[in-house]
Amino acid sequence: MTGIIMAFNKYKTASGLIGIYTSEFVGLKWFRQFFGSVYAWRLIRNTFLLNFYSLVFGFPIPILFAIAVTQIYNEKLQKFVQISTYIPYFISTVVVCGIITNFLSPSDGIVNRILNKLGFESINFLSLPQWFRPIYVISGSWQTFGFNSIIFVAAIMGISPELYEAMKIDGANKRQIITKLVLPSIKPTVILILIMTLGRIMNVGFEKVYLLYNPATYETADVIQTYVYRQGILSNNYSYSAAVGLFNSIVNFTIVYFANRLSRKLTDTAVW
Amino acid sequence: MKFRESNVGDKIFDILVYTFVAIAVVVCVYPFIYIVSVSISSGAAVNRGEVWLYPVDLDFEAMKTVLGYTQLWVSYANTIFYTVVGTFLNMVFTCFAAYPLSRKSFFLRRRLNFLLAFTMYFSGGLIPIYIVVTGLGLYNSRWAMLLPVLVSAYNVMICRAAFESVSEELYENAALEGANDFVILYKIAIPVIKPTLAVLTLYYAVAHYNDFFNAMLYISDRSKEPLQSFLRRVLLQASMEIMQTTSLDMAALNQSTLQVRYVCIVLAIIPVLIFVPFVHKYLVQGTMLGAVKG
Repeated sequence: MTGIIMAFNKYKTASGLIGIYTSEFVGLKWFRQFFGSVYAWRLIRNTFLLNFYSLVFGFPIPILFAIAVTQIYNEKLQKFVQISTYIPYFISTVVVCGIITNFLSPSDGIVNRILNKLGFESINFLSLPQWFRPIYVISGSWQTFGFNSIIFVAAIMGISPELYEAMKIDGANKRQIITKLVLPSIKPTVILILIMTLGRIMNVGFEKVYLLYNPATYETADVIQTYVYRQGILSNNYSYSAAVGLFNSIVNFTIVYFANRLSRKLTDTAVW
Repeated sequence: MKFRESNVGDKIFDILVYTFVAIAVVVCVYPFIYIVSVSISSGAAVNRGEVWLYPVDLDFEAMKTVLGYTQLWVSYANTIFYTVVGTFLNMVFTCFAAYPLSRKSFFLRRRLNFLLAFTMYFSGGLIPIYIVVTGLGLYNSRWAMLLPVLVSAYNVMICRAAFESVSEELYENAALEGANDFVILYKIAIPVIKPTLAVLTLYYAVAHYNDFFNAMLYISDRSKEPLQSFLRRVLLQASMEIMQTTSLDMAALNQSTLQVRYVCIVLAIIPVLIFVPFVHKYLVQGTMLGAVKG
C-alpha cells in the first residue's frame, strides 16, 4: 500500500522511508500531469499494441505446435523436439537481446548479410521505429512458443486413449480427430491460459523493451514501465512515476477482473 | 494407435506436421549453432562472411581472450553465489508460505490466499519497491539480489496446490503419532511433492541466473555484479572494455568484437544447455500440475 500513498503526495528521497507517509498531500496532481502530457497516449498505445500483437501471434502458435508435437509417435524424437524448442525460454533477456542486436547489426549481422546476398540494402533495424514491434513480437514468440506449448501438450496427453480408439473405429481421419476430439478437449486449458495472458496485457516484458529501445525508436517502443523507470529512477520524479505505475496496475487489475468474470460466465473455468 | 490404416489424407497431414515441427526446431537451434561456429572460427573467415553453419578454420583466439578476462570470472562467481544461495532461500520460504496456506485448519487461509493472488496482479510498482529496498540500506549489498525476490506469489500458489493434493489422512496419521507441523512438513509433505519442488527450484534458479534488472537497480559495485550485468555491457553497450585489457592491435580488435560477443553468449548459455534437459521430465509433470490447479 505504501506505493499507492506515494502517488498522491510529494515524496522526496531525503525524507527517507517515513517520508512516504508524512509528505505533503497533492491529490490527483500527478495523474493530471500525466494525462495532460504528450506521453500518456503514446505510452498507452505502445504498451497495448506490443502486447496485443504478442498475443495475436504468440498465442495460437504454441497450440498448433503442441498438436503437431503430439502427432510424433517416436518418443525420443518427441523429447528432442520439445527440449530444443523450449531452450530459448531459459536464455536470459540480456543474452536474447544481445543475439537480436548482433544478428540485426547493419555491419556484420547475419540478417543483413543474407539481405545483401539477396541483393537488398542493409537495414539498420534497431534504429527504425517501424521495425521495433515486429522485432519485439517475433523474438518474443521465438523465445516462448516451445515452453508455452508444454502445457497444451500435457492437456492433449491427458485425453483418454479410448476416445481416440472409438473415433478410429468410427472411421475418422487425423484431421477429424484433431478438430472433433483434440481441440474441444483442450478448450478449458486454452481459455485458462488466455485469461492469465490477458491479465498481463499491460505488463510487457519491459526488460526486453528497455534493452532494445533507444531514443530513435521511443515513438513505437517506449512503454509505461520504461517511462516509469526513466522518470523515477533516472530523473528522481518519484511520486510522479509512482502515479503512472499505479495507473498501469489499475488497468491491469481491471482487465483481469473482467476477463475472469467473462470466463466464469462462458465456460465455468476461472482463475479464482 | 500404432496399427492405424493410413490413407492419402493422413499422409499429407503427417507431411505437414513434420514440416512444421522441422521448421520450428531449425528456427530454435540454428541461431545457437551459428553463434558457436562464429565464436570458434578464425577472425579472418568471420570477417569475410564465410561462416554460415559450420566453423571455418577452427581458431580459439577469441575464446582465449574472453577466458583471460578477470571480470568475467568475478561476475560468474557472483551469479553462482546468487543462484545457489538465492534458490535455497526461495525454496525454504516458499514451502513455509505454501504449507499453512494449504491446510484447511488454518483460520486465515482464505484471506491470505486472496492477498497472495492480489499481489500478482496489483503492485505499487517499480518506484515504491526501489525506495523501500534502498531505504532499507540494501543498495550495493548482496542482499539486494536475494531479498526482493525471496518468494514469488505464483510459485507459492503452485506449491500450495501440490500440498493440497496430498491426502489429508497422511497429515492426520502423522499428527496422531505426535508430529508437530514442522515435522509433518519436513518428513511427510515435502517428500511427497518432490516433483513439483524440482520444477520450482528450476524456475527460481533460472530467474536468479538470468536476473539483470535487480542488479541494474541495486548493484553498482563491479565486485558484486552478476554475470548478466557483465554481459549487458559486452553485448549491448558496444563496450570495448574487454578489448582494452588485451594487447591486440586496433585492426584485430574490430575484427574480433563480434566474436568476443558470441563467445560470451556461448559461455553464458552453457549452464542452461546442461541443466535444462535433465529436468525435462519434471518440467512436463510440474506444468501439468499448474494447468490443472491454475
